Amino acid sequence: MRLLNRSAGRLSRHRRGPLAGVVLLLLGLVLTGSLYAAFAPAQATSAESDIEQVEKGRELFLVGCAFCHGQNGEGILTQRGDTQLGPPLAGVGAAAVDFQVGTGRMPMAQPGQQAPDKAPVYSQDEIDALGAFVASLGPGPAVPDEEEYSIEGLSADEREEAIVRGGQIFLTNCTACHNFNGGGGAMPRGGYAPSLHDTDPKYIYEALLTGPQQMPNFSNGNLPPEEKRDVIAYLESLRETPEYGGFGLGGLGPVSEGLFAWLVGIGGLVGFAVWIAAHSTRSTKKKGQAA
Amino acid sequence: MSIDTSKVATSNSSAAVAKKPGRAGVVANWADERLGLGTAMKKNLRKVFPDHWSFMLGEIALWSFVVLLLSGVFLTLWFNPSMGEIHYEGSYDQLRGVAMSESMASTLDISFDVRGGLLMRQMHHWAAMLFIASMMIHLLRVFFTGAHRKPREMNWVIGCLLLILGTLEGFTGYSLPDDLLSGTGVRAADGFMKSIPVVGTYMSFFLFGGEFPGDSIIPRLYTIHILLIPGLLLALIAAHMLLLVYHKHTQWPGPGRTEQNVVGFPMLPVYAAKAGGFFFIVFGVCALMGGLMTINPVWKYGPYDPTKVTAGSQPDWYMGWPDGALRIMPGWESEFWGTTWSWNVFLPIIVLPGLMFTILLLLPFLEAWVTGDKREHHLLQRPRNAPTRTALMVSLMTFYGLMWAAGGNDIIAIKLHLSINQITYFMRAAVFIGPLIAFMITRRWCISLQRQDNEKLLHGYETGVIMRSPEGGYSERHLPIDTAKAYALTARDRDEASYVAVSTGDRDPNGLAAPAGRGSKLRGRLQTLWFADNIQKPTAAELEEAHHHAEHEAHGELEGVSADGHQFDGHHAVEGETLRGDH
Repeated sequence: MRLLNRSAGRLSRHRRGPLAGVVLLLLGLVLTGSLYAAFAPAQATSAESDIEQVEKGRELFLVGCAFCHGQNGEGILTQRGDTQLGPPLAGVGAAAVDFQVGTGRMPMAQPGQQAPDKAPVYSQDEIDALGAFVASLGPGPAVPDEEEYSIEGLSADEREEAIVRGGQIFLTNCTACHNFNGGGGAMPRGGYAPSLHDTDPKYIYEALLTGPQQMPNFSNGNLPPEEKRDVIAYLESLRETPEYGGFGLGGLGPVSEGLFAWLVGIGGLVGFAVWIAAHSTRSTKKKGQAA
Repeated sequence: MSIDTSKVATSNSSAAVAKKPGRAGVVANWADERLGLGTAMKKNLRKVFPDHWSFMLGEIALWSFVVLLLSGVFLTLWFNPSMGEIHYEGSYDQLRGVAMSESMASTLDISFDVRGGLLMRQMHHWAAMLFIASMMIHLLRVFFTGAHRKPREMNWVIGCLLLILGTLEGFTGYSLPDDLLSGTGVRAADGFMKSIPVVGTYMSFFLFGGEFPGDSIIPRLYTIHILLIPGLLLALIAAHMLLLVYHKHTQWPGPGRTEQNVVGFPMLPVYAAKAGGFFFIVFGVCALMGGLMTINPVWKYGPYDPTKVTAGSQPDWYMGWPDGALRIMPGWESEFWGTTWSWNVFLPIIVLPGLMFTILLLLPFLEAWVTGDKREHHLLQRPRNAPTRTALMVSLMTFYGLMWAAGGNDIIAIKLHLSINQITYFMRAAVFIGPLIAFMITRRWCISLQRQDNEKLLHGYETGVIMRSPEGGYSERHLPIDTAKAYALTARDRDEASYVAVSTGDRDPNGLAAPAGRGSKLRGRLQTLWFADNIQKPTAAELEEAHHHAEHEAHGELEGVSADGHQFDGHHAVEGETLRGDH
């Protein structure tokens, strides 16, 4: 008590000092500022940067994409008018942009049956800006958060169930084009279902959501987000599982197996036959004697 | 004349006693007295086989069949051929709790929960691939060298039956696990059967015991796979080898080798060692492949479910060529009396393989009919010396190969970045044009090689030594090939000797009116085509003259020293030869 009184006395001694008003004013300002910074509604600032991001995206779009997709993403018809040079983008959403640009499929190097994946041209910030601009053209699927396609948060049992369920969904819906191993397969007229061996989970999720190129669209109504997550979990589990049988031979099924049976098996055995036949009964050849 | 008696025994105090037999001798004697093996073995252990690598191709098939029997017995101990549905609770995480047939579950158990099971499964599968592949290369060797000719036609037929039975055995075997890939194959087989007009549906219902899939197909395939076909295969392999022993093995022509003898090494010890050793090599290759290379990873396919399918659904390689025919076939269908006739399935997958197999079976008989050759043949022919036969097989191989490639059209499309449609259009034409081109090229190629053989016989081999004449002209020196080689090259018949001419016109070769029906006219025309443009070996007179010429050339040889190193041209014994630079 005494201590308190003493310090109170000490403070109050300066109460009427010449600097008291200034110090109080400074304290008040610092406190108000930091409280405001802590509790201010986040929207105010991000709304500001959203507009900036869309504007940045629009500028990138005009340089890199508008040539085929039109200045407002309305799409451009070919001269004959029967096909699209680039499809309209209203409503495809940021997820489609993130997938197509993030995997390097867009911008296309040349027109073709299918845009192949290659090294991405834009940085992730620029891709996000492009996505923001395209999302502003019309409502569409947004880029998923990591917890939507990760089974990290589940218990061990739930994870195992998710993987088994994902495997069955994968075999029902995906293997017809991507093959049992996710190794990819052929589509009509030079198209192909790409290999999923190294595909980032985010891009698998986005591809399911947006149905790029020849792939059908697995909307959340058809394939709920949890099931998309399970498919991704199954594919990830295949990557972690060792090849129990030895070398995978490309994981392409009986065609590559047949190739190896002929090249390695028959090739090797015929080689051995030649070797055996080349050795006569004499263990050492005498000089000047034919074998 | 006196006889030296100093070496004659002067007493016969001890009688001659047979040496006590060794332990092996005792056993052998015991067995011989009861089984009479000695008499049988005496001849067969000394049986002579000729030596050439290409004679061992059939052996690969035999030994891989032994590997199949051994690994197959192992698999039967754990495999449960039942279509009863259970939930998998084994070691493979990704399928735990999934409903599947007991055959699929027991396959997974063999793969993951039986010690050495996956190795055995993979060895069995690789050995099956090698079994059929080696039968095919053996068949090609036999045909290309003329070993299918009289008296071995029936062994050719048995071999063809072995090939088709092996194929069926393979199909029934890889269908057993009831995984997604094999189930797709069984479903396809059901469709093939149903495409047969009128009886197809009945056959399918009979095989499956009702509508596909039912629950009897796996047990039925199992019985066929482990009892019926292996029994037939064993019996036919035995017949094949008995005939081989009876006919004696064919041999390449060479000094001392005739149609009446066999020159080679005896069964014991040489061929017992070579063949026995080859068994271990085949076993080792199967074991290495089974241990190191994944085949048929059923755990990734998952259990069969008619609603599912995977890209890259192909049969094993030996069923690949009819699958290719199916893939490139235009979608023809007709409707008669309210029924659908699926030509698009029936023609490529039922008619075509049946037709091809019939052609294969008949090849020796067709050839004998065309050439009219009824003599026995134990000396082999080089492929070049029967250009039309060689070209015929090459064109059949081309047809097979193109169909085969068409069966992998999707893999070719993704790996070579091609359009699957373009591959299909290309193949539709290529399967008809390709064999024709292959026939013509091979035939001319063989004839050119015959011509080259004659060059060697008449003018010798090219030494690579360039001579310059006083006038400044350059020429390459030729030297005669050695006698053994010349013998082997000339040890073939002239074509006139190897066929019985059929009359193509009104007169037969003897000037008599031929009893020419339409058949013999066709036969005559085919015979002319068969031998047309073949190059005959030089006559004795031609060879004689060529030798004189060579000698003459040798005498008129220019003075000088030829460039160093030509003595090592592979045509001479080089014992004691050195490069001059070494002195």
